[in-house]
This record gives sequence, C-alpha cells and structure tokens, in this order.
Amino acid sequence: MSVAERPPRTDASGRGAAFASPHAGEDLAVVEPLIFDASAPGRRAVRFPQASDHARRAAAGQPQLPSTALRGVAPRLPEVSELDLLRHFNRLSQLNHAIDVGFYPLGSCTMKYNPKVNEWAAGLPGFAESHPLDPAECAQGSLQVEWLLAELLKEISGFAAVSLQPAAGAHGELTGMLLTRAFHRSNGEGQTRTRVLVPDSAHGTNPATATMVGYETVTIRSNERGGIELEALRDALDERTAALMITNPSTLGIFEDQIDQVLAAVKASGAIAYMDGANLNAILGRFRPGTAGFDVMHFNLHKTFSTPHGGGGPGAGPIGVSPRLAPFLPEPLPLLVEGDADAVRANAWAGRSTPGARFALEQEGSRPMSIGRVRTFTGNFGMFVRAYAYIRANGAAGLRAVSDDAVLAANYLRVRLADAYELPYDRICKHEVVFSGRRQKRAHGVTTLDIAKAILDHGIHPPTIYFPLIVEEALMIEPTETESLETLDRFVEVMHEIARRAEADPEALKRAPVSTPVGRLDEAGAARRPDLRHAFGERTEVAAETRPE
Amino acid sequence: MSSTYPDDLRYSKEHEWVRVDGAQATIGITSFAASELGDIVFVELPELGAQLQQFGVFGVIESVKAVSDLYAPVSGEVTDVNEALRDRPELVNDDPFGEGWIARVTLTEPGELDALMDASAYGESTAG
Amino acid sequence: MAYSPHTEADHRRMLDAVGVASIDELFDDIPDAVRADRFEVPPPLTEQQLRAELLRIAGHNAVPRISFLGAGAYRHLVPAVVSEVIGRAEFATAYTPYQPEVSQGTLQTIYEFQTMVCELTGMDVASASHYDGATATAEAALMACRLTRRNRVAVSTAVHPQVRRGLRTYCSGPGVEALEVPADLVEGGSGLTPVEAAASVLDEDVACLVAQQPNFFGGVEPMRELADVAHAAGAQLVALVEPTSLAVLEAPGSYGADIVTAEGQPLGIPLSFGGPYVGLMAARMASVRQMPGRLVGATRDAAGRRGYVLTLQAREQHIRREKAASNICTNQALCALAATAYLTAVGPAGLREVAELSLTQARHVAAALEAAGLGERRFSAPYFAEVAMRIPQAKRRHAALRERGILAGHPLWSEYPELDDTLLLATTELTTDEHIAELVTALDQAR
Repeated sequence: MSVAERPPRTDASGRGAAFASPHAGEDLAVVEPLIFDASAPGRRAVRFPQASDHARRAAAGQPQLPSTALRGVAPRLPEVSELDLLRHFNRLSQLNHAIDVGFYPLGSCTMKYNPKVNEWAAGLPGFAESHPLDPAECAQGSLQVEWLLAELLKEISGFAAVSLQPAAGAHGELTGMLLTRAFHRSNGEGQTRTRVLVPDSAHGTNPATATMVGYETVTIRSNERGGIELEALRDALDERTAALMITNPSTLGIFEDQIDQVLAAVKASGAIAYMDGANLNAILGRFRPGTAGFDVMHFNLHKTFSTPHGGGGPGAGPIGVSPRLAPFLPEPLPLLVEGDADAVRANAWAGRSTPGARFALEQEGSRPMSIGRVRTFTGNFGMFVRAYAYIRANGAAGLRAVSDDAVLAANYLRVRLADAYELPYDRICKHEVVFSGRRQKRAHGVTTLDIAKAILDHGIHPPTIYFPLIVEEALMIEPTETESLETLDRFVEVMHEIARRAEADPEALKRAPVSTPVGRLDEAGAARRPDLRHAFGERTEVAAETRPE
Repeated sequence: MSSTYPDDLRYSKEHEWVRVDGAQATIGITSFAASELGDIVFVELPELGAQLQQFGVFGVIESVKAVSDLYAPVSGEVTDVNEALRDRPELVNDDPFGEGWIARVTLTEPGELDALMDASAYGESTAG
Repeated sequence: MAYSPHTEADHRRMLDAVGVASIDELFDDIPDAVRADRFEVPPPLTEQQLRAELLRIAGHNAVPRISFLGAGAYRHLVPAVVSEVIGRAEFATAYTPYQPEVSQGTLQTIYEFQTMVCELTGMDVASASHYDGATATAEAALMACRLTRRNRVAVSTAVHPQVRRGLRTYCSGPGVEALEVPADLVEGGSGLTPVEAAASVLDEDVACLVAQQPNFFGGVEPMRELADVAHAAGAQLVALVEPTSLAVLEAPGSYGADIVTAEGQPLGIPLSFGGPYVGLMAARMASVRQMPGRLVGATRDAAGRRGYVLTLQAREQHIRREKAASNICTNQALCALAATAYLTAVGPAGLREVAELSLTQARHVAAALEAAGLGERRFSAPYFAEVAMRIPQAKRRHAALRERGILAGHPLWSEYPELDDTLLLATTELTTDEHIAELVTALDQAR
C-alpha cells in the first residue's frame, strides 16, 4: 500500500495555550503521527552500560555538581522501541520526493545523481572517526584529503588559493565579502568602498550577504538579452564600489557573453569581482573564473560535485580567491609542510603515497591579515571526501562531459518546450532554462504555482518557480546531466499535457496536486498563528491502535 | 479586483490611505496593496506616541511570500493602533478600509493632505 | 563522464533537436579571451580504482586506540539505527522542502527536531538548525543586537576559543564589537566566569553576554547569576550548551537564558574531522521574528489533513533580500535528522545514562590521576564530563602516549599560555575503566 493510499488517522492531541495552533480543538487526519504519539513510559531502544562500582567509588571524592545546577524536569523525549523508531522514520521518508525516487529538475539546485561509492568513502572508519583536533600525526589522511581537494578545486577554477572552511554557499558568500572588506581596508579604502553591485537577477543571498558585512546593495538592471547592461555597470562603478557580485552563467541560465568586458570594467574601478559559483555545473573545463579575472568565487560542493543535498543541508561552500585576496583567507588552511607539492600531486593522481610528505594545519594567528575563522574546525569534511571521490571518478574528461551533457539537456528542453511555454530569453542557454507561465496565466488564469502543483501529480518534482524575480511567473528548469533522454522526453510530455489542460480544464489544475500525501497546505494560517513545536497536551492512544499493517 | 476606492479617503503612491476626522486621522493600506501582497500574516504596528513623518517608514507588513515597509501618508503622533491585527492580520485582506485599519494619529501637518491623491486619481494610478 | 546515461545516439538526437552540429557550439557565447586555457585534472578512475585510492588516503589516518580528546567534538556511540535512518535515500537525496506536498517526511522530522530542541533547552521555539555550534552562537549574538538595538557583545573567555574566534569574525561584518569577560584562570582559580567581571563589562551598549555551559574547561558555570547580571543591564544571556549535559544540568530556559545554542554533534553525528555537524538554536517566542534560519510549522490542507510547511519566511533572504535577518539559506537537515533519530533512540533515560556515565568517568579519570600522583585538577569548580588536569611535563608525555595509540586530551597551552602543562581530558559513555587504567599506567611509564 502506498503512502498516499493509506487511510488517514486521527490526531487528537491537544495543544497548549502558549502554542495554540490554527486548528486547536479540531480533529485533523494525520498521514503519520508524531513520534511523541508513539511514546510509552519505560519503552526503550538503545541502552548504555552503568558505571562500575570502581568508577563510582573513585568519582565520589571529586567535587559534585551543585544541586542548583541540576535539572528538575526531564525533557519529554520519545520512549519507543528500535523497530517503532525505524518504521516511523522509514514511513516519513516515503512521503518525500528525492533524486533517488524521481526526476528533480529544480533550477539553480543541480539535483544530479549522488554516487553511492561516495557514501561508502565518507563512512570509512579512518575518516568518520577522525577527530578534528587530533594531532597532525594522527590525521595525515584527513589533512591529505583537504589538501588534495583544494588543489583540484584550484585547477578546476583557476584560482590561486582555496579555503574549504565555509559550510554552505551562503556561508562562502559571507566569507568572500569579508575578504573583500579586509582587502579594501588594507588599502585604506575601507571607509569609502561601501557599495556592492548586484544584478536584479541575483539570488536573495547576495544582497543579504552584503548587508551582513555592512555594505549597501545597489541593484543593476539586466538588459533585454538577460545580461548585464555594460553602460549601466560602468555608470554604477566608482570609488564607492566595493564589489560586483554576479552569478555566471546567470540565474537565467545565460552565460555573460561580455564577461571579459565586465571584468575589465570592475578591475579598472578598483572593485572586487565576486562570482557566485552556484552554476559552475555548466562550465567545467570551458571557463575558469579565476583565470578569467574574478577575485573570488564560492563552490557549492553539493551542486557541482554531487554531495547529497540532505533535505536542505549539509552542503559545503569552499571559496577560491585570486592572489591579492589570499592573505585574508580564513585560518587555518591545510598545508603541505614537508615534501614537494608537484611530487605529492603526481603520486596521488597515480594512486601512490609520497614518502616523507607531511601535512598540517596552519598555526592559528600565523597569518595576521586573516579574517579569522568563520566556523569551528576546518569545514564539512564528510563532503570533502565525497567531492574528492566525485572529481577523481570523473577525471578531466568526465568533468567536461558533465557540463557538456548538462548544457545539452537544458537546451533540448528549451527547444522542446518552447511551443508550449513562453521563453522570455530565447537564446542558447547553459545548464538551465527559464520559461514564463505568463501565457497560461493571462489566457486561462492558471498560475505557475498551479503548473508546479500539477507536475507533482506526475511523480516529478517541479522546477524552481517565481525565480529569478525579473521573469514573470518564472519556471526555472535544470535537468542536470544524469537524466536519461527517456526521462527528459517524459517530462516534455508532462509539460505539454499540463499546457493542454491549462486550456481545456484550468479548474482541475487549481485543485492539483491530488495524488500526494497531503494537498496544498494553508501557509497563511501557519504563518499567522505559528505552531512550531508539539505541545504535549492530552494524548490519546488512538494512533498506536489504528496503525495499519 | 475592484478599481473603485472609497471617496472619503486620501491615498498615497505607496498605497496607504488616510481618513481624516477633525484633527484625528486613521491610516491603513489599500485593497490594491493587500491584494498585491497576498495573504497577510503579520503587521508590525508602531508604538503609541511615535511621531510619524509623511512618507517615512512606520512599520512592516508581511505576507506569506512578500514583505513591505509601511509608509505614513501623513505626519502625526500615534494615538491608537489596531490591536486586533496581532491575532487576526487577515483583517487587512478581508476589510482593508474598515476593520483592517492600522493606526490612528493626531495630525501635525494638515496641509500635507494636499500631497495625496483622491479616489479617482488613485484608481487611475493603479489601473493597467 | 562517470555517471552519464547518454549513448551516442542520444547525443545525436538531442543535438539535432537543438539544431547544432556539436556540443561545442553551445559554448560559443564564452568570449575567446576568457575560454579555459587548461584543465589538468587527473584521468578518471573506475569504482575499484577509486576505492583503492580512498582506502590509501584513509589509511594515513592513525585514529588513536584510546582517546580523551573532546574540546568541542565528542566520541559517542552512534547507534546503528541512526545511521540507517540518515542513509535513507529519500531523506539524503531530497532538497529544501520548497514543495511541501512531496516533502512531508523532511518537514515533519524538522518539526519533531524543533520540539526536541525546545524540550532539551526549556525554550519556546527552535530553528530548523544552523551550520554548527559556532555559527549558531555568532548568529545568536547578532540576533541579540537586533532585539536590544545595541551594538556590542560580551563573551566569556571560558567559551570555546574557536567559537569566540568565529563570533568575532561574524561581528566584524556589521561592526559589532566583541568584548571579553576574563574567566578565573589564576592559580587556584575556579575556571569559571566571575559574575562580577561579567557585571563590570555589561553596560547600556552591550546586547548580550555569551557564556558556555559546561564551559570550555568542563566547569559548571553559575548560569542563573550570569543571566541575572545580564538582565540587570538590559542585556540578553546567550547560553552555548552541550546537548547531552541537558539530561542532568538545568534547562537554560529555567535559568533565564534568552537564546540557547549548541553544537549538536554529540547527538549521533560522527566526528568526521569536524563536519558536517549541526548548530542548534532556541529562543523565546517573542523573539521569533528576529530569529535566523528556517522554521517549520504545522498547518492543514483543504481536506483537513495535518501537514507541515516552511513558515515565517518573510524573515529570510529569499524574500527580504538586503533586509533579511541573516543570509542563511539552508539548514543542516540531514544532521538535524540524525540528532532527531538519536534522541528518539536513546530517549530520556538513555540520554541520562550517557550524561551520567560520561560525568562519572570524568571524575574517575581525575581521581585516578590524582591518586597516582600524576596530576592535579587545575581548577576548583565542579565539572561535567571534561576536566583540566595539570600534569608535569605534559607536552612530552602527551607525545609519548600518542606513540602508544593513546591521546591524553587537548593541550590547553596552545590557546591559553597561562595554562602550561595542562591537558583537557574528556570522557564519554565510550570511556571504559580499562581506558583510564591504561592512561594512568602509560603516563606513569612516561615519567
């Protein structure tokens, strides 16, 4: 029996006044009860040993915790058996769409296949049990992964130096903007360069990041071809400009075909050129941002290098920088402290260790210009192992083919869907293509949201919608390189069918989705009267007794 | 969406309205603004006694998918705020010119009203 | 490409449909001047070659046989059932739940996570998670600045040095000044944050006091008194806590913490050389609109079914852009799921067993070293599951024990020069009596 067909169960749990839900007192059907509803006092899953008498006797002579520091009431954590735990989470997992379940063309997110051998690698005991403060002598393997990955990212991007520390793309942006400010300050321009230029097609994180470092955002309009208007850019660039932040290819999926002139203008103004690397999957082996003249870029390892998105993290957002920003990078960097870098690289590429090579973390405080740390330890190491494995599995030819196939697939969808949906920027795209649902909205009152919900009924995750903001009713489609032609063709059929239904029976689309575990949810009610936690009101035993076989 | 607006109000370009009653004025956002924002979920109300400046920001209004500053259509001192919006922000959607009012002020610069639009001018400004 | 589904015929059909002769044509928009000039990534590996390469590198790690190293990351049991749950592909290969109808699994687990974090901390509301404990703490300090409209923060030097360093970096962004409250580290000192020292730093410009419980040295801080002096100055208390300790130590909500943060790694997340971990953050309901990070709320659909959605999104960068509370975009959903599954697996009784065994073994190790005349406690205050021991010739002995596969804790002198010869020893439920006996013997032999 599939999840969607399960009979709904009743959740009669009351809500405390402090967390009054919009539906207090109502009996709502539940797809899967909360784990707290399966709890029974005294039930156990995992048990732990008791301290020995010897340990207790030894401990008795030590200072005891003051009674004022002790907890009065135990936290109301669930008390369940191991099997009930597993079934609960397994059933919940089945309510998710995921790459491993079906097509997921969510634009800007690069939902490609996550190779399983990478999971095996990250779970190797040598890596999983490596403590971040282990002395370097104990952590040569972990340090080597970090050093080698940084070397590969430098080669792929053309940057002079890489820090792996940032935990996510937005965290990499923050780091990059802090570097930018540190750079201008070191030149005595910290007070004057206070503005960051951001195109109107940018991710929301770009202006939010600028604010976090105390910068003012100036929005640059895109031209009719979806690119940066060079004249507008030149007018905006002046001695107050700290940086230009751009995504290339842009969020419209379009490569900035005057990027050389853009970079020259930024350079001439004395500003820093920041590239949001969200769309790196389109240009591997074709364009190296560092070589082209960008000063800084964040990588999204969870996108381009295929570490699993995890339902919204963890990701990893290393940054690459030009030589002039390198002195400011976060500490500590992984270093090769003994041995010849060329030999270590060459050996590693051949699967050999280098005798005498020794890696260590930089001593903190040794680089006085550093912006400091942006988190604890050295970064999301588990993601580094996966990304390293991914790059090695593909090799140079494979990585280039990744972008080739991603771009070919997006252009295929661009051409195949152009008859059914409006294409505001009708030109060769990179790894994603942005359509508009404007025609459907104007002619039939069917919004892009309705189209997205209708796609759900076909077992496909919808594209990103209503982004970028400059495209009305936007549908941003990123097929990725790992989807077969059959999958792409089926998506084309589904999109055509939805376009036909928008004409023939628009009301039906407004009711979609109908085959998912829940229908459209009352988001306004959720925000007006927030119910953000279970409140442990009166509980009934109904959930446990009506659990289906 | 209705393109007609109450005749007894004055309107600002930022889609606020003001109803004048002697020295007192009531402020809210228009049906056009409420509809553009969508389902309103939160209104950050000004503090009693706050001094509003015409066209200055005096609060924030949030919907599920958008957020917007509130701009005072007139200058004045806040004498009352619509407490009902704390629990039922949807009143702004349901009845923007009535129960969905936001604040009352004592007018300090009655002449400012001349800088606002009447219903027909506002209606034209939102058409198309 | 290692994972390509496309045959030559597929390529041909797609190229024909697009109307180009070759894939190269699709890259004609890259100006010649900036086309990639080189791309010297090593050649591809087959799966068996790849496995060999990763085993080669992993083999260079010499994970200690016995370790008393903690200092912010702890070796706990990760129950097999927790690994099983986070290995589910439907959780691992989904993304942020933008489409709630097909993301109820992720959304409900986050709602359960938020509930558990509230229960542990005694707070009203918890975020869907942050990158790690340090970034959560830094975001909490900036949140306190927004809530109090003040622009300085005070941090105890008994807070983890790396957390303090990260916090200073974050604060430098908007120009918030980070003041230090010196902990009592003198000879015979408590190792705690003196309440008077905190009071003297707190003035009308200080938004919050950041203190850690148990602190970096394992000491149990007078959190209630610290909260009182913070509140007397109109400031907030940001409490950075260790989550397993909350089975035994007072809930921060009870002693007056305004914002609570934690490094969630001890809750079923492998050490993995420092990440990915998960930052916890909880606060009072009145502060929720200034809280950074995703939040999941319960609601219903038209058919009367309960469901969950991302909510209060107007706080966030994708809507508020340059006015957002933070640029944070995702949470650490899979690590938050691990913590949720862990807390479910151990339950209230198991978490208490973990905490009690950890703290008993910390006392055991301190007593054993004292009894053998090998070291003495550096600080006088009661401690939780980590203890600072002064051991003569600590540096030499630490190195000697490493040769024998024993890691005798974290050397404190690197971050605190006044704490020479002092090692910070951590214990967990995985620390056995035999480990402690072997530590004592080895230290003795390294005299």
